[in-house]
Amino acid sequence: MRHYDLAILGAGPAGMAAAATAAEAGLSVCVLDEQPHAGGQIYRDVERVAALRGDILGKDYTRGATLTAGLRHAAITHLSGAVVWAIEHAFRISFTQGGAAAQIAAERVLLATGALERPMPLPGWTLPGVMTAGAGQILLKQSGVLAQSAVLVGSGPLLYLIAAQMVRAGVPPVAMVETQTLDDLIRAARHLGGALRGWRYLLKGARMLAEITSARVPRHTGATGIAIAGESRAEAVTFTSKGRAHRIPCDTVFLHHGVVPNTQAARSLGVSHIWDRAQSCFVPSVDDWGQSDVAGVFIAGDSAGIGGANVAESAGRMTALKVAEELGRLSATERDRQAAPLRSARNKDLAARPFLDRAYPPHAAAVAPDDATVICRCEEVTAGDIRRYAALGCLGPNQAKAFGRAGMGPCQGRYCGLSVSVILAQANGLTPDATGYYRIRPPIKPVTLGELASLE
Amino acid sequence: MKPAFLELTQGARRVPVRFAGETLMLPEGANLAAALLAAGVTVFRHTPVSGAPRGPFCMMGACFDCLVEVDGSVRQACMIEVAEGPEIARPHVGEPDETL
Repeated sequence: MRHYDLAILGAGPAGMAAAATAAEAGLSVCVLDEQPHAGGQIYRDVERVAALRGDILGKDYTRGATLTAGLRHAAITHLSGAVVWAIEHAFRISFTQGGAAAQIAAERVLLATGALERPMPLPGWTLPGVMTAGAGQILLKQSGVLAQSAVLVGSGPLLYLIAAQMVRAGVPPVAMVETQTLDDLIRAARHLGGALRGWRYLLKGARMLAEITSARVPRHTGATGIAIAGESRAEAVTFTSKGRAHRIPCDTVFLHHGVVPNTQAARSLGVSHIWDRAQSCFVPSVDDWGQSDVAGVFIAGDSAGIGGANVAESAGRMTALKVAEELGRLSATERDRQAAPLRSARNKDLAARPFLDRAYPPHAAAVAPDDATVICRCEEVTAGDIRRYAALGCLGPNQAKAFGRAGMGPCQGRYCGLSVSVILAQANGLTPDATGYYRIRPPIKPVTLGELASLE
Repeated sequence: MKPAFLELTQGARRVPVRFAGETLMLPEGANLAAALLAAGVTVFRHTPVSGAPRGPFCMMGACFDCLVEVDGSVRQACMIEVAEGPEIARPHVGEPDETL
Protein backbone atom coordinates (compact mmCIF):
# COMPACT_ATOMS: atom_id res chain seq x y z
CA MET A 1 0.00 0.00 0.00
CA ARG A 2 1.49 3.35 -1.01
CA HIS A 3 1.76 5.91 1.74
CA TYR A 4 1.29 9.67 1.30
CA ASP A 5 1.48 12.68 3.57
CA LEU A 6 -1.85 13.98 2.31
CA ALA A 7 -4.74 12.27 0.52
CA ILE A 8 -7.22 14.59 -1.18
CA LEU A 9 -10.70 13.52 -2.27
CA GLY A 10 -11.82 15.54 -5.26
CA ALA A 11 -9.97 17.36 -8.05
CA GLY A 12 -12.11 20.50 -8.09
CA PRO A 13 -10.78 23.95 -7.18
CA ALA A 14 -10.24 23.17 -3.47
CA GLY A 15 -8.56 19.82 -4.09
CA MET A 16 -6.36 20.97 -6.96
CA ALA A 17 -5.21 24.13 -5.18
CA ALA A 18 -4.52 22.22 -1.98
CA ALA A 19 -2.50 19.59 -3.89
CA ALA A 20 -0.31 22.21 -5.58
CA THR A 21 0.35 24.14 -2.37
CA ALA A 22 1.03 20.97 -0.40
CA ALA A 23 3.45 19.66 -3.03
CA GLU A 24 5.20 23.03 -3.11
CA ALA A 25 5.68 22.74 0.65
CA GLY A 26 7.30 19.33 0.23
CA LEU A 27 4.41 16.98 1.02
CA SER A 28 3.67 13.84 -0.94
CA VAL A 29 0.09 14.08 -2.18
CA CYS A 30 -2.43 11.68 -3.66
CA VAL A 31 -5.52 13.19 -5.32
CA LEU A 32 -8.37 10.75 -5.83
CA ASP A 33 -11.08 11.92 -8.21
CA GLU A 34 -14.08 10.15 -9.70
CA GLN A 35 -13.94 11.90 -13.04
CA PRO A 36 -11.65 10.88 -15.92
CA HIS A 37 -10.15 14.40 -16.04
CA ALA A 38 -9.36 16.99 -13.35
CA GLY A 39 -11.49 20.08 -12.78
CA GLY A 40 -14.37 19.04 -10.57
CA GLN A 41 -17.83 20.05 -11.73
CA ILE A 42 -17.06 23.77 -12.02
CA TYR A 43 -14.01 23.27 -14.26
CA ARG A 44 -15.11 19.93 -15.64
CA ASP A 45 -12.73 18.59 -18.30
CA VAL A 46 -11.38 22.14 -18.73
CA GLU A 47 -8.04 21.21 -20.31
CA ARG A 48 -9.74 19.59 -23.30
CA VAL A 49 -12.84 21.78 -23.46
CA ALA A 50 -11.37 25.29 -23.03
CA ALA A 51 -10.23 25.32 -26.68
CA LEU A 52 -13.51 23.87 -27.97
CA ARG A 53 -16.09 25.96 -26.09
CA GLY A 54 -14.20 28.51 -24.00
CA ASP A 55 -16.10 31.35 -25.72
CA ILE A 56 -19.46 29.96 -24.59
CA LEU A 57 -18.38 28.95 -21.10
CA GLY A 58 -16.48 32.14 -20.30
CA LYS A 59 -13.26 33.10 -18.51
CA ASP A 60 -14.50 31.96 -15.09
CA TYR A 61 -14.44 28.46 -16.58
CA THR A 62 -11.28 28.54 -18.67
CA ARG A 63 -9.20 29.88 -15.78
CA GLY A 64 -9.56 26.43 -14.21
CA ALA A 65 -6.83 25.23 -16.58
CA THR A 66 -4.23 26.98 -14.39
CA LEU A 67 -5.32 24.71 -11.52
CA THR A 68 -5.34 21.49 -13.53
CA ALA A 69 -1.82 22.34 -14.76
CA GLY A 70 -0.75 22.60 -11.10
CA LEU A 71 -1.43 18.88 -10.63
CA ARG A 72 1.56 18.05 -12.87
CA HIS A 73 4.08 18.02 -10.03
CA ALA A 74 6.43 15.16 -9.21
CA ALA A 75 5.08 15.01 -5.64
CA ILE A 76 1.43 14.71 -6.76
CA THR A 77 -0.16 11.41 -7.74
CA HIS A 78 -3.48 12.11 -9.48
CA LEU A 79 -5.70 9.04 -9.56
CA SER A 80 -8.50 9.81 -12.02
CA GLY A 81 -11.60 7.70 -12.37
CA ALA A 82 -11.03 6.62 -8.74
CA VAL A 83 -14.24 6.09 -6.79
CA VAL A 84 -13.57 6.12 -3.04
CA TRP A 85 -15.86 3.81 -1.07
CA ALA A 86 -14.26 3.72 2.37
CA ILE A 87 -12.05 5.95 4.49
CA GLU A 88 -10.81 4.34 7.67
CA HIS A 89 -9.06 6.13 10.45
CA ALA A 90 -5.40 7.08 10.46
CA PHE A 91 -5.94 6.72 7.34
CA ARG A 92 -6.61 3.94 4.91
CA ILE A 93 -8.57 4.83 1.79
CA SER A 94 -10.23 2.16 -0.34
CA PHE A 95 -11.30 2.92 -3.87
CA THR A 96 -12.17 1.39 -7.21
CA GLN A 97 -10.35 2.37 -10.36
CA GLY A 98 -10.73 0.72 -13.74
CA GLY A 99 -12.80 -2.13 -12.35
CA ALA A 100 -10.34 -3.08 -9.60
CA ALA A 101 -10.20 -2.07 -5.94
CA ALA A 102 -7.07 -0.65 -4.34
CA GLN A 103 -5.97 1.12 -1.17
CA ILE A 104 -3.63 3.91 -0.17
CA ALA A 105 -2.55 5.18 3.24
CA ALA A 106 -2.16 8.82 4.29
CA GLU A 107 -1.18 10.88 7.34
CA ARG A 108 -3.89 13.46 6.71
CA VAL A 109 -7.08 13.52 4.64
CA LEU A 110 -8.61 16.51 2.90
CA LEU A 111 -12.22 16.11 1.80
CA ALA A 112 -12.79 18.42 -1.17
CA THR A 113 -15.91 16.71 -2.42
CA GLY A 114 -17.74 19.86 -3.45
CA ALA A 115 -21.45 20.45 -3.59
CA LEU A 116 -24.63 18.73 -4.65
CA GLU A 117 -27.70 20.45 -6.02
CA ARG A 118 -30.16 21.24 -3.26
CA PRO A 119 -32.92 18.67 -3.79
CA MET A 120 -35.92 20.36 -5.43
CA PRO A 121 -38.83 17.95 -5.02
CA LEU A 122 -41.72 19.18 -7.18
CA PRO A 123 -44.56 17.20 -8.75
CA GLY A 124 -43.07 15.41 -11.77
CA TRP A 125 -39.41 15.98 -10.89
CA THR A 126 -38.56 12.31 -11.39
CA LEU A 127 -39.65 12.24 -15.05
CA PRO A 128 -36.97 11.65 -17.70
CA GLY A 129 -36.03 15.04 -19.13
CA VAL A 130 -36.02 16.71 -15.72
CA MET A 131 -32.46 17.34 -14.61
CA THR A 132 -30.54 19.62 -12.31
CA ALA A 133 -29.20 22.87 -13.75
CA GLY A 134 -25.79 21.54 -12.80
CA ALA A 135 -26.44 18.54 -15.05
CA GLY A 136 -27.30 20.92 -17.88
CA GLN A 137 -24.00 22.68 -17.34
CA ILE A 138 -22.08 19.41 -17.22
CA LEU A 139 -23.68 18.31 -20.50
CA LEU A 140 -22.59 21.56 -22.12
CA LYS A 141 -19.10 21.64 -20.61
CA GLN A 142 -17.97 18.08 -20.99
CA SER A 143 -20.00 16.91 -23.97
CA GLY A 144 -21.10 20.00 -25.91
CA VAL A 145 -24.67 18.70 -25.61
CA LEU A 146 -27.38 21.35 -25.37
CA ALA A 147 -31.08 21.05 -24.60
CA GLN A 148 -32.98 22.53 -27.55
CA SER A 149 -36.25 23.08 -25.73
CA ALA A 150 -35.50 23.67 -22.07
CA VAL A 151 -37.32 25.51 -19.30
CA LEU A 152 -35.15 26.64 -16.38
CA VAL A 153 -36.94 26.45 -13.04
CA GLY A 154 -35.89 27.85 -9.67
CA SER A 155 -33.58 30.65 -8.64
CA GLY A 156 -29.99 31.67 -8.08
CA PRO A 157 -26.84 32.64 -9.93
CA LEU A 158 -26.26 29.21 -11.51
CA LEU A 159 -29.65 29.37 -13.21
CA TYR A 160 -28.68 32.67 -14.85
CA LEU A 161 -25.24 31.35 -15.73
CA ILE A 162 -26.56 28.36 -17.64
CA ALA A 163 -29.19 30.53 -19.35
CA ALA A 164 -26.49 33.01 -20.44
CA GLN A 165 -24.28 30.17 -21.72
CA MET A 166 -27.21 28.70 -23.68
CA VAL A 167 -27.82 32.13 -25.21
CA ARG A 168 -24.14 32.36 -26.22
CA ALA A 169 -24.33 28.88 -27.74
CA GLY A 170 -27.26 30.02 -29.91
CA VAL A 171 -29.82 27.79 -28.19
CA PRO A 172 -31.54 29.98 -25.58
CA PRO A 173 -33.91 28.40 -23.08
CA VAL A 174 -37.63 28.48 -23.90
CA ALA A 175 -38.35 30.31 -20.65
CA MET A 176 -37.17 30.90 -17.10
CA VAL A 177 -39.61 30.10 -14.32
CA GLU A 178 -38.13 31.90 -11.32
CA THR A 179 -39.21 31.31 -7.76
CA GLN A 180 -37.66 34.31 -6.01
CA THR A 181 -40.00 37.16 -5.12
CA LEU A 182 -39.69 40.92 -4.74
CA ASP A 183 -39.86 40.38 -0.97
CA ASP A 184 -36.74 38.22 -1.17
CA LEU A 185 -34.89 41.01 -2.93
CA ILE A 186 -36.06 43.58 -0.38
CA ARG A 187 -34.91 41.33 2.47
CA ALA A 188 -31.58 40.84 0.71
CA ALA A 189 -31.10 44.56 0.22
CA ARG A 190 -29.86 45.12 3.75
CA HIS A 191 -26.91 42.87 2.92
CA LEU A 192 -26.09 44.92 -0.14
CA GLY A 193 -23.47 46.95 1.73
CA GLY A 194 -21.44 43.83 2.44
CA ALA A 195 -22.06 42.56 -1.06
CA LEU A 196 -20.45 45.65 -2.56
CA ARG A 197 -17.11 44.32 -1.31
CA GLY A 198 -17.82 41.41 -3.62
CA TRP A 199 -18.99 43.71 -6.41
CA ARG A 200 -17.43 41.57 -9.14
CA TYR A 201 -20.04 38.91 -8.41
CA LEU A 202 -22.88 41.42 -8.63
CA LEU A 203 -21.50 42.85 -11.86
CA LYS A 204 -21.21 39.36 -13.33
CA GLY A 205 -24.82 38.71 -12.34
CA ALA A 206 -26.00 41.93 -13.97
CA ARG A 207 -24.16 41.03 -17.20
CA MET A 208 -25.72 37.57 -17.30
CA LEU A 209 -29.20 39.04 -16.80
CA ALA A 210 -28.54 41.52 -19.62
CA GLU A 211 -27.57 38.66 -21.95
CA ILE A 212 -30.71 36.73 -21.06
CA THR A 213 -32.95 39.76 -21.50
CA SER A 214 -31.44 40.79 -24.82
CA ALA A 215 -32.08 37.27 -26.16
CA ARG A 216 -35.76 37.84 -25.24
CA VAL A 217 -35.94 34.78 -22.98
CA PRO A 218 -39.28 35.12 -21.13
CA ARG A 219 -38.74 35.42 -17.36
CA HIS A 220 -41.64 34.51 -15.05
CA THR A 221 -40.81 35.56 -11.49
CA GLY A 222 -42.45 34.72 -8.17
CA ALA A 223 -43.70 31.45 -9.67
CA THR A 224 -45.80 29.18 -7.45
CA GLY A 225 -47.61 25.87 -7.87
CA ILE A 226 -44.85 24.61 -10.16
CA ALA A 227 -45.27 21.09 -11.59
CA ILE A 228 -43.74 19.15 -14.44
CA ALA A 229 -46.33 17.46 -16.62
CA GLY A 230 -45.74 14.36 -18.71
CA GLU A 231 -46.43 10.64 -18.97
CA SER A 232 -43.16 8.89 -19.71
CA ARG A 233 -41.07 12.07 -19.97
CA ALA A 234 -41.24 15.80 -19.27
CA GLU A 235 -43.66 17.51 -21.64
CA ALA A 236 -44.40 20.88 -20.01
CA VAL A 237 -43.95 23.05 -16.94
CA THR A 238 -47.12 24.39 -15.32
CA PHE A 239 -47.16 27.19 -12.73
CA THR A 240 -48.78 30.43 -11.63
CA SER A 241 -47.05 33.77 -11.91
CA LYS A 242 -48.52 37.20 -11.20
CA GLY A 243 -51.97 35.67 -10.84
CA ARG A 244 -51.94 33.91 -14.20
CA ALA A 245 -51.72 30.17 -14.83
CA HIS A 246 -49.10 29.11 -17.38
CA ARG A 247 -48.26 25.92 -19.26
CA ILE A 248 -44.99 25.97 -21.18
CA PRO A 249 -44.32 22.92 -23.38
CA CYS A 250 -40.69 21.70 -23.40
CA ASP A 251 -38.53 18.56 -23.65
CA THR A 252 -36.12 19.37 -20.85
CA VAL A 253 -36.48 21.00 -17.44
CA PHE A 254 -33.44 22.20 -15.50
CA LEU A 255 -34.10 22.61 -11.77
CA HIS A 256 -32.00 24.70 -9.42
CA HIS A 257 -32.46 26.45 -6.12
CA GLY A 258 -28.96 26.51 -4.79
CA VAL A 259 -26.29 23.96 -4.00
CA VAL A 260 -25.47 22.37 -0.65
CA PRO A 261 -22.32 20.75 0.73
CA ASN A 262 -21.72 17.14 -0.25
CA THR A 263 -21.21 15.76 3.25
CA GLN A 264 -21.24 11.99 2.58
CA ALA A 265 -17.52 11.37 3.12
CA ALA A 266 -17.30 13.66 6.17
CA ARG A 267 -20.31 12.03 7.78
CA SER A 268 -18.90 8.55 7.15
CA LEU A 269 -15.86 9.62 9.21
CA GLY A 270 -18.00 10.87 12.09
CA VAL A 271 -17.42 14.61 11.55
CA SER A 272 -20.17 16.53 13.34
CA HIS A 273 -22.46 18.73 11.30
CA ILE A 274 -24.58 21.71 12.26
CA TRP A 275 -27.55 23.39 10.59
CA ASP A 276 -26.61 26.62 8.81
CA ARG A 277 -29.69 28.83 8.90
CA ALA A 278 -28.44 31.33 6.32
CA GLN A 279 -27.77 28.60 3.75
CA SER A 280 -30.57 26.23 4.89
CA CYS A 281 -28.35 23.16 4.95
CA PHE A 282 -26.06 21.12 7.16
CA VAL A 283 -22.39 22.09 7.19
CA PRO A 284 -19.51 20.19 8.79
CA SER A 285 -17.87 21.70 11.87
CA VAL A 286 -14.50 23.03 10.72
CA ASP A 287 -12.11 25.71 11.95
CA ASP A 288 -10.52 28.49 9.91
CA TRP A 289 -7.97 26.01 8.44
CA GLY A 290 -10.61 23.48 7.46
CA GLN A 291 -9.71 21.17 10.35
CA SER A 292 -12.77 19.17 11.37
CA ASP A 293 -13.54 17.81 14.84
CA VAL A 294 -12.07 14.44 13.79
CA ALA A 295 -8.26 14.44 14.15
CA GLY A 296 -6.45 14.55 10.83
CA VAL A 297 -9.58 15.12 8.74
CA PHE A 298 -9.78 18.44 6.89
CA ILE A 299 -12.57 19.80 4.68
CA ALA A 300 -12.24 22.63 2.17
CA GLY A 301 -14.30 24.19 -0.57
CA ASP A 302 -18.04 23.85 -1.04
CA SER A 303 -18.12 20.60 0.94
CA ALA A 304 -17.31 22.74 4.01
CA GLY A 305 -20.03 25.32 3.25
CA ILE A 306 -21.05 26.96 -0.01
CA GLY A 307 -18.68 29.73 -1.08
CA GLY A 308 -17.96 29.05 -4.74
CA ALA A 309 -14.83 28.24 -6.73
CA ASN A 310 -12.59 31.14 -5.67
CA VAL A 311 -13.32 30.61 -1.99
CA ALA A 312 -12.63 26.90 -2.46
CA GLU A 313 -9.25 27.62 -4.02
CA SER A 314 -8.12 29.86 -1.15
CA ALA A 315 -9.49 27.47 1.46
CA GLY A 316 -7.75 24.48 -0.16
CA ARG A 317 -4.40 26.28 -0.09
CA MET A 318 -4.89 27.27 3.55
CA THR A 319 -5.56 23.66 4.53
CA ALA A 320 -2.43 22.56 2.67
CA LEU A 321 -0.34 25.10 4.62
CA LYS A 322 -1.80 23.89 7.90
CA VAL A 323 -1.05 20.25 7.05
CA ALA A 324 2.49 21.17 5.97
CA GLU A 325 3.01 22.90 9.30
CA GLU A 326 1.58 19.94 11.26
CA LEU A 327 3.88 17.53 9.43
CA GLY A 328 6.93 19.69 10.10
CA ARG A 329 7.49 21.07 6.58
CA LEU A 330 6.61 24.68 7.46
CA SER A 331 7.06 26.74 10.61
CA ALA A 332 3.91 28.22 12.13
CA THR A 333 5.25 31.68 11.24
CA GLU A 334 5.77 30.74 7.60
CA ARG A 335 2.34 29.09 7.48
CA ASP A 336 0.70 32.24 8.78
CA ARG A 337 2.70 34.48 6.45
CA GLN A 338 1.56 32.51 3.41
CA ALA A 339 -2.00 32.15 4.68
CA ALA A 340 -2.65 35.86 5.30
CA PRO A 341 -3.30 36.90 1.68
CA LEU A 342 -5.34 33.73 1.09
CA ARG A 343 -7.52 34.48 4.08
CA SER A 344 -8.24 38.03 2.96
CA ALA A 345 -8.96 36.88 -0.61
CA ARG A 346 -11.33 34.26 0.74
CA ASN A 347 -13.16 36.74 2.95
CA LYS A 348 -13.53 39.17 0.05
CA ASP A 349 -14.95 36.39 -2.15
CA LEU A 350 -17.40 35.51 0.61
CA ALA A 351 -18.66 39.08 0.95
CA ALA A 352 -21.49 38.76 -1.60
CA ARG A 353 -22.70 35.50 -0.07
CA PRO A 354 -25.20 36.81 2.55
CA PHE A 355 -26.85 38.93 -0.15
CA LEU A 356 -27.10 36.00 -2.58
CA ASP A 357 -28.36 33.60 0.12
CA ARG A 358 -31.25 35.95 0.90
CA ALA A 359 -32.03 37.14 -2.60
CA TYR A 360 -32.34 33.53 -3.84
CA PRO A 361 -33.69 31.47 -0.94
CA PRO A 362 -34.77 27.84 -1.34
CA HIS A 363 -38.17 27.57 -3.04
CA ALA A 364 -40.77 27.26 -0.25
CA ALA A 365 -42.90 24.66 -2.07
CA ALA A 366 -39.84 22.43 -2.54
CA VAL A 367 -38.91 22.73 1.14
CA ALA A 368 -42.43 21.78 2.25
CA PRO A 369 -43.71 19.74 -0.73
CA ASP A 370 -47.26 18.48 -1.26
CA ASP A 371 -47.98 15.03 0.21
CA ALA A 372 -48.00 13.35 -3.21
CA THR A 373 -44.54 14.59 -4.22
CA VAL A 374 -41.76 11.99 -4.30
CA ILE A 375 -38.94 12.85 -1.88
CA CYS A 376 -36.72 9.77 -1.99
CA ARG A 377 -36.24 9.24 -5.72
CA CYS A 378 -34.64 5.81 -5.32
CA GLU A 379 -37.26 4.20 -3.09
CA GLU A 380 -40.14 6.45 -4.25
CA VAL A 381 -41.11 7.64 -0.79
CA THR A 382 -43.40 10.69 -0.83
CA ALA A 383 -43.57 13.73 1.45
CA GLY A 384 -46.92 12.37 2.70
CA ASP A 385 -45.26 9.06 3.61
CA ILE A 386 -42.64 10.89 5.67
CA ARG A 387 -45.31 12.95 7.46
CA ARG A 388 -47.19 9.74 8.15
CA TYR A 389 -44.04 8.24 9.72
CA ALA A 390 -43.75 11.36 11.89
CA ALA A 391 -47.38 10.95 13.01
CA LEU A 392 -46.51 7.38 14.01
CA GLY A 393 -43.64 8.65 16.17
CA CYS A 394 -40.72 8.79 13.74
CA LEU A 395 -38.37 11.49 15.03
CA GLY A 396 -35.35 11.20 12.77
CA PRO A 397 -34.16 10.19 9.30
CA ASN A 398 -32.54 6.96 10.48
CA GLN A 399 -35.86 5.80 11.88
CA ALA A 400 -37.50 6.83 8.60
CA LYS A 401 -35.40 4.16 6.90
CA ALA A 402 -37.04 1.51 9.03
CA PHE A 403 -40.49 2.99 8.45
CA GLY A 404 -40.28 2.96 4.66
CA ARG A 405 -36.78 2.67 3.18
CA ALA A 406 -36.31 6.41 2.62
CA GLY A 407 -32.63 6.98 1.87
CA MET A 408 -31.84 3.29 1.42
CA GLY A 409 -31.56 3.23 -2.37
CA PRO A 410 -28.42 3.44 -4.47
CA CYS A 411 -27.94 7.23 -4.03
CA GLN A 412 -27.63 6.62 -0.28
CA GLY A 413 -29.71 9.65 0.60
CA ARG A 414 -27.73 12.19 -1.42
CA TYR A 415 -30.88 13.60 -3.06
CA CYS A 416 -33.41 13.09 -0.27
CA GLY A 417 -31.47 13.46 2.98
CA LEU A 418 -31.95 17.17 3.37
CA SER A 419 -35.65 17.00 2.45
CA VAL A 420 -36.33 14.13 4.84
CA SER A 421 -34.61 15.93 7.73
CA VAL A 422 -36.50 19.16 7.06
CA ILE A 423 -39.93 17.52 6.57
CA LEU A 424 -39.52 15.51 9.78
CA ALA A 425 -38.37 18.63 11.63
CA GLN A 426 -41.45 20.54 10.39
CA ALA A 427 -43.81 17.68 11.23
CA ASN A 428 -42.39 17.16 14.72
CA GLY A 429 -41.87 20.81 15.57
CA LEU A 430 -38.15 20.17 16.10
CA THR A 431 -35.06 21.91 14.77
CA PRO A 432 -33.05 20.32 11.94
CA ASP A 433 -30.18 19.88 14.43
CA ALA A 434 -32.42 17.96 16.84
CA THR A 435 -33.81 15.93 13.92
CA GLY A 436 -30.38 15.05 12.56
CA TYR A 437 -29.39 13.36 9.33
CA TYR A 438 -28.84 9.89 7.90
CA ARG A 439 -25.95 7.99 9.42
CA ILE A 440 -23.60 7.45 6.48
CA ARG A 441 -21.59 4.26 6.51
CA PRO A 442 -19.10 2.73 4.08
CA PRO A 443 -19.24 1.72 1.33
CA ILE A 444 -20.04 5.35 0.51
CA LYS A 445 -20.20 4.40 -3.18
CA PRO A 446 -21.29 0.97 -4.44
CA VAL A 447 -18.54 -1.59 -4.95
CA THR A 448 -19.01 -4.98 -6.60
CA LEU A 449 -17.89 -8.26 -5.09
CA GLY A 450 -15.61 -8.73 -8.09
CA GLU A 451 -13.93 -5.39 -7.39
CA LEU A 452 -13.55 -6.29 -3.72
CA ALA A 453 -12.06 -9.66 -4.59
CA SER A 454 -9.41 -7.90 -6.70
CA LEU A 455 -8.08 -6.18 -3.56
CA GLU A 456 -4.65 -7.57 -2.64
CA MET B 1 -39.99 17.86 -34.11
CA LYS B 2 -36.48 18.89 -33.09
CA PRO B 3 -34.54 16.30 -31.07
CA ALA B 4 -34.36 17.16 -27.37
CA PHE B 5 -30.58 17.60 -27.43
CA LEU B 6 -28.18 19.15 -29.90
CA GLU B 7 -24.49 18.21 -30.17
CA LEU B 8 -22.23 21.19 -30.76
CA THR B 9 -19.14 19.31 -31.94
CA GLN B 10 -19.61 16.46 -34.36
CA GLY B 11 -15.93 15.71 -35.00
CA ALA B 12 -15.36 12.61 -32.89
CA ARG B 13 -15.07 9.16 -34.42
CA ARG B 14 -18.34 7.27 -33.98
CA VAL B 15 -18.45 3.70 -32.84
CA PRO B 16 -21.37 1.28 -32.74
CA VAL B 17 -22.84 0.77 -29.28
CA ARG B 18 -25.68 -1.64 -28.55
CA PHE B 19 -28.37 -0.18 -26.28
CA ALA B 20 -31.60 -2.03 -25.49
CA GLY B 21 -31.22 -4.13 -28.63
CA GLU B 22 -30.57 -1.19 -30.98
CA THR B 23 -27.26 -0.19 -32.51
CA LEU B 24 -26.40 3.49 -31.96
CA MET B 25 -23.42 5.31 -33.42
CA LEU B 26 -21.92 7.25 -30.49
CA PRO B 27 -18.82 9.46 -30.26
CA GLU B 28 -15.90 7.40 -28.96
CA GLY B 29 -14.65 8.55 -25.55
CA ALA B 30 -17.75 10.67 -24.89
CA ASN B 31 -19.70 10.52 -21.65
CA LEU B 32 -22.11 7.62 -22.18
CA ALA B 33 -25.14 9.30 -20.56
CA ALA B 34 -24.64 12.47 -22.61
CA ALA B 35 -24.13 10.44 -25.79
CA LEU B 36 -27.31 8.41 -25.22
CA LEU B 37 -29.31 11.60 -24.58
CA ALA B 38 -27.92 13.16 -27.75
CA ALA B 39 -28.83 9.97 -29.65
CA GLY B 40 -32.46 10.45 -28.57
CA VAL B 41 -32.67 7.98 -25.67
CA THR B 42 -34.87 9.45 -22.94
CA VAL B 43 -35.74 6.47 -20.73
CA PHE B 44 -32.60 4.81 -19.34
CA ARG B 45 -34.35 2.47 -16.92
CA HIS B 46 -37.52 1.75 -14.99
CA THR B 47 -37.52 1.87 -11.20
CA PRO B 48 -37.64 -1.41 -9.28
CA VAL B 49 -40.35 0.00 -6.97
CA SER B 50 -43.12 1.22 -9.32
CA GLY B 51 -41.65 0.71 -12.78
CA ALA B 52 -41.56 4.48 -13.36
CA PRO B 53 -39.30 5.67 -16.21
CA ARG B 54 -36.06 7.46 -15.35
CA GLY B 55 -33.23 9.19 -17.15
CA PRO B 56 -30.11 11.10 -16.18
CA PHE B 57 -30.70 13.67 -13.44
CA CYS B 58 -27.41 14.91 -11.94
CA MET B 59 -24.74 13.88 -14.50
CA MET B 60 -22.12 13.75 -11.74
CA GLY B 61 -22.36 10.29 -10.27
CA ALA B 62 -24.50 11.19 -7.27
CA CYS B 63 -28.16 10.40 -8.07
CA PHE B 64 -27.91 6.91 -9.66
CA ASP B 65 -30.91 7.63 -11.90
CA CYS B 66 -28.96 6.93 -15.11
CA LEU B 67 -28.23 3.30 -14.19
CA VAL B 68 -27.77 0.97 -17.16
CA GLU B 69 -26.56 -2.59 -17.42
CA VAL B 70 -23.19 -2.89 -19.14
CA ASP B 71 -22.21 -6.45 -19.96
CA GLY B 72 -24.35 -7.67 -17.09
CA SER B 73 -23.29 -5.27 -14.33
CA VAL B 74 -25.37 -2.25 -13.32
CA ARG B 75 -23.41 0.99 -13.71
CA GLN B 76 -23.96 4.75 -13.82
CA ALA B 77 -24.05 5.80 -17.47
CA CYS B 78 -22.76 9.28 -16.55
CA MET B 79 -19.56 7.76 -15.14
CA ILE B 80 -18.67 5.69 -18.22
CA GLU B 81 -16.93 6.66 -21.44
CA VAL B 82 -18.27 5.43 -24.77
CA ALA B 83 -16.30 2.53 -26.21
CA GLU B 84 -17.02 0.04 -28.93
CA GLY B 85 -18.10 -3.36 -27.79
CA PRO B 86 -20.21 -3.65 -24.66
CA GLU B 87 -23.84 -4.71 -24.75
CA ILE B 88 -25.84 -2.10 -22.84
CA ALA B 89 -29.35 -2.75 -21.58
CA ARG B 90 -31.95 -1.21 -19.34
CA PRO B 91 -31.23 -2.84 -15.96
CA HIS B 92 -33.22 -5.76 -14.64
CA VAL B 93 -35.32 -6.17 -17.80
CA GLY B 94 -36.81 -9.64 -17.94
CA GLU B 95 -35.69 -10.61 -14.45
CA PRO B 96 -38.21 -12.26 -12.15
CA ASP B 97 -40.03 -9.85 -9.86
CA GLU B 98 -38.24 -10.06 -6.53
CA THR B 99 -40.73 -7.94 -4.63
CA LEU B 100 -42.19 -9.81 -1.70
